[in-house]
Amino acid sequence: MKPAPFDWHAPATLAEALALKAHHGDAARFLAGGQSLVPAMNFRVSQPAMLVDLNRVAGLDGIAWDADGTLSIGAMTRYRSIERDAAIAARQPLLIEALAEVAHPQIRTRGTLGGNLAHADPASEMPAVMLALGARFRLASSSGGREVAAADFFIAPLTTVLAEDEMLAEIRIPPLPSRSGTAFLEVARRRGDYAMLGVAVVVVRDAAGRCREARLAFLSAGPTPVLAPRAAALLRGTALDTKSIADAATMAQQEVEPMGSVQANPGYQRHLAGVLARRALSIAAARSLA
Amino acid sequence: MSQRIAITLDVNGTAYRREVEPRLLLTDFLRHEIGLTGTHVGCEHGVCGACTILWDTAPARACLIFAVQAEGHAIHTVEGLAPAPGQLNPLQQAFQDTHALQCGYCTPGILMTMTAFLAENPAPTEHQVRDALSGNLCRCTGYQHIVDAVLLAAERAR
Repeated sequence: MKPAPFDWHAPATLAEALALKAHHGDAARFLAGGQSLVPAMNFRVSQPAMLVDLNRVAGLDGIAWDADGTLSIGAMTRYRSIERDAAIAARQPLLIEALAEVAHPQIRTRGTLGGNLAHADPASEMPAVMLALGARFRLASSSGGREVAAADFFIAPLTTVLAEDEMLAEIRIPPLPSRSGTAFLEVARRRGDYAMLGVAVVVVRDAAGRCREARLAFLSAGPTPVLAPRAAALLRGTALDTKSIADAATMAQQEVEPMGSVQANPGYQRHLAGVLARRALSIAAARSLA
Repeated sequence: MSQRIAITLDVNGTAYRREVEPRLLLTDFLRHEIGLTGTHVGCEHGVCGACTILWDTAPARACLIFAVQAEGHAIHTVEGLAPAPGQLNPLQQAFQDTHALQCGYCTPGILMTMTAFLAENPAPTEHQVRDALSGNLCRCTGYQHIVDAVLLAAERAR
């Protein structure tokens, strides 16, 4: 099908883009990479009266590192740029590992990190990765700005805390401590399909090799990407041995509340949560020793 | 009255000026406005890959881009691959030699995907080819001969 008619604005500055959104509110949608919005418009599931196209706004894309090691990624940064960035591969490998599972190369050419996060699909990889990494999002509006933790950003399927005049402008990811290990795993029917379930994990050891910190974040396991804090708590203080990892995986399996999908019922998703958590934790634990 | 915008798009090195509605997809611009029907429309929601074009040097779904967004970018379609009418480029020749197409509907999209892939990966493994091919659906071939064709094209280029 073809999209319904709309008015198109392609401002050159962030201030213009935010002013347009403030003026038109929910009648206007920001257009980032368009890899989720345009299909919805082609199906006429989404019929915005106006698109504020961000593709010509200067300064919304880019990859930068603060002195403290925090990674800043502009909302309009393409997946293609992120997956080819050698510094990100070295310092934030979880992003790269998960990006390989995001749709297909043709989609990653256009798709943006900010657009994906603002779309807030609970089956999407990057929202879960952001929770696992403890990312923070900078939101901009014509009346100012604020910062929210990734864990507070997603509130329901396709729904975030963004107000109608706000834009997700930048993603800030804190550095991984030394002795960290990360891993991403998902199960999908075919390469690039929506995952039936997936998990992103981070583990950090102390100098004695004990688990100091752990985070498990699941996708396709509820209405939003979800953390499994009780499973993480079980890991703290352990040697990340086989038994501790198995216990945590069992806990994670009980903690998530998957809703089921066309391809997987909640029972099967719960099964996958346990299996994938165990495997991902084992991989991350081994990597944290490297 | 809906908005109409005058745009000039660079497609295969030729500039085309047209006045279009913002909702016109790049696929429909290519096929209906300038008559380049080699770019096929399959699913129109970014899944099948039949409409894959090169956006500057990277493969992209033309069905998920509005034509008005393409100003200032170099668009390449399957019509731009062959060196001259009646001739094939090395990738197209490899497709013919290995019987890598049956109905041919998916072929233009696959040729564009693999043109970009081979430019970045001149000596790919079979696994890399299959991974790169994952965003293009073919309902005839079972993919085996397409993989053969890409590997053959890479081998001949060495």
